[in-house]
Amino acid sequence: MALIALEGLGFGYCGREALFRDVSLTLDAGERVAVLGENGVGKTTLLHVIMGLRVARSGRVCGFGESYQSEDDFMRLRQRVGYVFQDPDDQLFCPTVIEDLCFGPLNLGHSHEQALQQAEDILARLEIAHLRDRVSHQLSGGQKRLVTLASVLVMQPEVLLLDEPSNALDRGSRERLIETLLALPQAMILVSHDDDLVDRLATRRVRLASDGLHEAM
Amino acid sequence: MALLLRIWRAVLVHSASAWSGQALSDAPSAVARLDPRLRLVIVLGFALGVNLASLLAKLLMLCLALACCYGAKIPPRKLLRRLLLIEGFMLFVLVFLPFSVPGEPMFTLGALSASIEGLWQAMHIILNATAVVAMVLAMLASLSAFALAQTLAKLGAPMMLVMLMLFFVRYLEVMGTELRRMRASMRARAFRPGSNRHTWRSYGHLVGMAVLRGMERAERVQMAMRCRGFRGEYLRNYPHVWRQLDTLVAVGMVIAMGGLLWL
Repeated sequence: MALIALEGLGFGYCGREALFRDVSLTLDAGERVAVLGENGVGKTTLLHVIMGLRVARSGRVCGFGESYQSEDDFMRLRQRVGYVFQDPDDQLFCPTVIEDLCFGPLNLGHSHEQALQQAEDILARLEIAHLRDRVSHQLSGGQKRLVTLASVLVMQPEVLLLDEPSNALDRGSRERLIETLLALPQAMILVSHDDDLVDRLATRRVRLASDGLHEAM
Repeated sequence: MALLLRIWRAVLVHSASAWSGQALSDAPSAVARLDPRLRLVIVLGFALGVNLASLLAKLLMLCLALACCYGAKIPPRKLLRRLLLIEGFMLFVLVFLPFSVPGEPMFTLGALSASIEGLWQAMHIILNATAVVAMVLAMLASLSAFALAQTLAKLGAPMMLVMLMLFFVRYLEVMGTELRRMRASMRARAFRPGSNRHTWRSYGHLVGMAVLRGMERAERVQMAMRCRGFRGEYLRNYPHVWRQLDTLVAVGMVIAMGGLLWL
């Protein structure tokens, strides 16, 4: 069973011509698919459509043996698919790190104690326990990136969508991020212009164009 | 004008760093042991009570608030600095009110005469402000923004306003950085503000762009929250339990305030 299956997705912003159409993709367990393509071709938008944040003009988003249409459907999908946004400041909205990590588990209906425990576990697993009580906007870029990853992983997703994960990271933070990602069991779809990151992470590459996804070398 | 700007900037800087610079969890103190709900209600009740009290009672209430500050272990320097900030504004009240309130003349300055009634009114306002600010510092300053939001939600404040407060704390710095970056890029292209059309037009663009970016940022934040399962049901978890000590303090406070109001 495919974790995620996109069937002929098409999207265009309101009142404008189609950004892309006929996008089909199957993501199986253990795969890390890199989506390549020029600026403005709609890579981030594609991730938004997969998460149900934007409504497709045509086609279907399927996954885990189900098809997703309404906001309620996508809510179920979002419990199993984690999306790491491009700008960590968009994702970390709580004053401190620990509160942000508890946000997802609380939304899933866990108790305060459970959420706290899960947050502590994930902090320990990513070896960033020292950031627990830090103020989010005072973290460095590399720290913010790891915390956003933790804030998604704490919900125990089966698939990760990563939007330019290595953007604006220095060499050390980038290296650490790649190693962290390589150690994760989740299947991933990643959008990146970082060739080295794609080389080391991706098991498959596809190129997004206005007429669909093409296998890339 | 330049002085006013400097003061305003000091106020802004201070208020922005007030939350980010403080210890984020409660330091152990007598006040920190109280339920945050009680602390919030005390502040509200106290503010109401102070406004209704006589001048002497106000003075005693100020002493009560300062005692609470002591109980909350607010460092005296910090307390003094914040109170001085308020007194700076109060200076205007003290200078202008005697001249604008009609009554028995105290002294005259050219065609203007200062009234005793005005002076008393100024004293009332100054004591009100000082006492309330001291009480807010005692009860709420050691509370993290998140804990304050949880408390407000628990007490039934509209969720939208509570979330707004939380976002304000988090994104003030982000928006400030964005604005500074845009201004730096203007200066880097030899922009010099003056009182001319070009300046006003450029500032118009700057503000417009800041608003636009803010909107886009808000949209992305909301998306990121939805991705993590947000349905508006958040902050419903309230971790504190009301204890006997809270009831005792509540009753004590009511008696103290009642007594002072009766005075």
